[in-house]
Amino acid sequence: MYKIVESLTLTADIFQFEVKSDRIAKTCEPGQFVIVRADENGERIPLTISDYNRKDGTIKLVFQVVGASTHALSLLKTGDSLKDIAGPLGKCSSFVNEPQENLKQKRFLFVAGGVGCAPVFPQVKWLTGNGVTADVIIGFRNKSLVIMESEMEEVATKLYVTTDDGSHGYHGQVTAMIKELCQAGQSYDICIAIGPTVMMKYVALLTKELGIPTIVSMNPVMVDGTGMCGACRLTVDGEVKFACVDGPEFDGHMVDFDEAMMRLGQYHSEEKAAYRAAIAE
Amino acid sequence: MDKQKQVPIRMEDPVLRVKCFTEVCHGYNQEEAMAEANRCLECRNAKCINGCPVAIDIPAFIAAVKKGEINEAATIIFRASSLAAVCGRVCPQETQCEKLCVRGIKGEPVAIGKLERFVADWAIANDVFPSEKKPPNGKKVAVIGSGPAGLTCAGDLAKRGYEVTIMEALHEPGGVLVYGIPAFRLPKAEVVEKEIANIKSMGVKIETNTVVGKSVTIDELLEEEGYAAVFIGTGAGLPKFMGIPGEQGGGVFSANEYLTRANLMKAGTANSLTPIMRAKSVAVVGGGNVALDAARTALRLGSEVHIIYRRSEAELPARAEEVHHAKEEGVIFNLLINPCEILTDERGWVRGIRCIKMELGDADESGRRRPVEVKGSEFDIAVDMVIMALGTSPNPLIAATTKGLAVDKWKCIVADEESGLTSKAGVFAGGDAVTGAATVILAMGAGRMAAQGIHEYLMGGDK
Repeated sequence: MYKIVESLTLTADIFQFEVKSDRIAKTCEPGQFVIVRADENGERIPLTISDYNRKDGTIKLVFQVVGASTHALSLLKTGDSLKDIAGPLGKCSSFVNEPQENLKQKRFLFVAGGVGCAPVFPQVKWLTGNGVTADVIIGFRNKSLVIMESEMEEVATKLYVTTDDGSHGYHGQVTAMIKELCQAGQSYDICIAIGPTVMMKYVALLTKELGIPTIVSMNPVMVDGTGMCGACRLTVDGEVKFACVDGPEFDGHMVDFDEAMMRLGQYHSEEKAAYRAAIAE
Repeated sequence: MDKQKQVPIRMEDPVLRVKCFTEVCHGYNQEEAMAEANRCLECRNAKCINGCPVAIDIPAFIAAVKKGEINEAATIIFRASSLAAVCGRVCPQETQCEKLCVRGIKGEPVAIGKLERFVADWAIANDVFPSEKKPPNGKKVAVIGSGPAGLTCAGDLAKRGYEVTIMEALHEPGGVLVYGIPAFRLPKAEVVEKEIANIKSMGVKIETNTVVGKSVTIDELLEEEGYAAVFIGTGAGLPKFMGIPGEQGGGVFSANEYLTRANLMKAGTANSLTPIMRAKSVAVVGGGNVALDAARTALRLGSEVHIIYRRSEAELPARAEEVHHAKEEGVIFNLLINPCEILTDERGWVRGIRCIKMELGDADESGRRRPVEVKGSEFDIAVDMVIMALGTSPNPLIAATTKGLAVDKWKCIVADEESGLTSKAGVFAGGDAVTGAATVILAMGAGRMAAQGIHEYLMGGDK
């Protein structure tokens, strides 16, 4: 059992846990994820690590309720425990292993959509903590869904908040914000986009036009998360890759997003039925 | 009674069993077991023992069964195996101990596997686990992976007085015994959990959710956590795909994924939140035990099931008993055909599988006749789900994160056949991680040899 040191409600359906796990907190790096199970009947849910505290041996996880398993997770409070947590899984962000002199020459642009703010946060924190420029765009559908704004403000070189309906920050989608920044003369050496698959697809299409190399973090269906099941397979540059061991980060200009979205929907009807049953309880 | 024939074994009716995950084979009761044991000739130079990868003293335990001394029989088996109830169910006895049985020359061999199972089940039912254990010797050994190789190695080391911790990546121990082999062949709570509990009762600790290579490295285990030696028994978990068009389609799964959902995650049972696809018609590509396990699971989840295999029935790598059970249950065997494309609909979902007919040509290196395509013989089978059961290869995670650990061109860890020692001091390996996908009992044999290898390494040859 893994103790939830703190459980926070960020919005109506987005939650944050700080969880005790010495092994994971000791070795994890930005970009990696864990697999959690709420209880004996729970699914294995992959969640990207959104922060870590090596001294206290804790990690933070942010998740949105999208089905029965995340609903069960959301019912856990401070002091409760997760049945299982395994990790850190996947490869860390490639910049972690890049020579610092190189990195300091680069200007990073992060684009986070919704709950995608969580995996973006430790990357920005790591980079700016190492003296690298990292501007951040965080986008939401409306004001009530905004998360992690103040945390991001603290670590980002410059922060831009967008909402689709204009109820908070810039009125428009993240892609419009990217265009505006570039038109205003900002230049970036690399873009890292994390959020809903459809958002990453359109950001990648735009940055390809703009000539900015782009990395995306994929979140396909997974079971074991260690390379065993192949559920998370994607096509990247014509080759089959497993997101769990080859990723989760890939070249956004090479990922077949349409296939990834189709594959994400494989259990859609089963998941919807289970969620309805869970809420009815 | 015809001494040339085995005492018949009681089975679940095929018509009833395809609707549930109840174990197919009921096993012998004591009367039946004693009658079958009486067929054993107690050969002085018993060949059957040579066929057993863990060298159980087969005539001795059968002699005890003859006399009704089941406790004594269990003691004899447990000296060589800590997973007897598992092996009595899933070992390919027909190609091992039973193949060498003298009775088999004129008639049917003694049903050694069924007798082993009877004794092991009796021990579980009577809560007997006779293990002879040496006092603690103060040395710590880490075992990576809690499948058959790891459990056996851990059990053997614990008996010798070592302090053993098993690191398991998944949330439950057992490896392929829990995620791979279905309950209708190997019951979980009644058999696997009981035998793992026995191994724990010898003092073996199991740390689940620990992905060695990620959560902690082998170098850290040796240098920082005080382990004197490490055994790698991580199996061969990586699924293979064919690389044919349509393989990324919705409704195409590896057998590993499908079986892990059904077995480890208990998808399809009332309380489990893990989804599993229920198809009208399924094509399972492959002819091994894993293919049959996936096929018979799909049958139980309500699908019509086609096995697609490129050679003929004689070459099916699955155990004969499993092929027989699958046929009884209604699995359709489409032999001498090979898939060339998975057909998908406008949404990208499976709607069929295009196959080509094959014929057998000359024998290849393995001695099996090589299948050759019959030109222009393509045809389609309408299915809405495809399961790929083409075999597995070792997971590269450990090799990639351990300095100085040599692997061969198939990514198998290089280990000494006698001792299990790898290219790295203090690190041993065995089972599918070394050999590529094989059987439960061969992995156990390797785990056992490595335990001896580790003991000699740490105690300087003291046996």
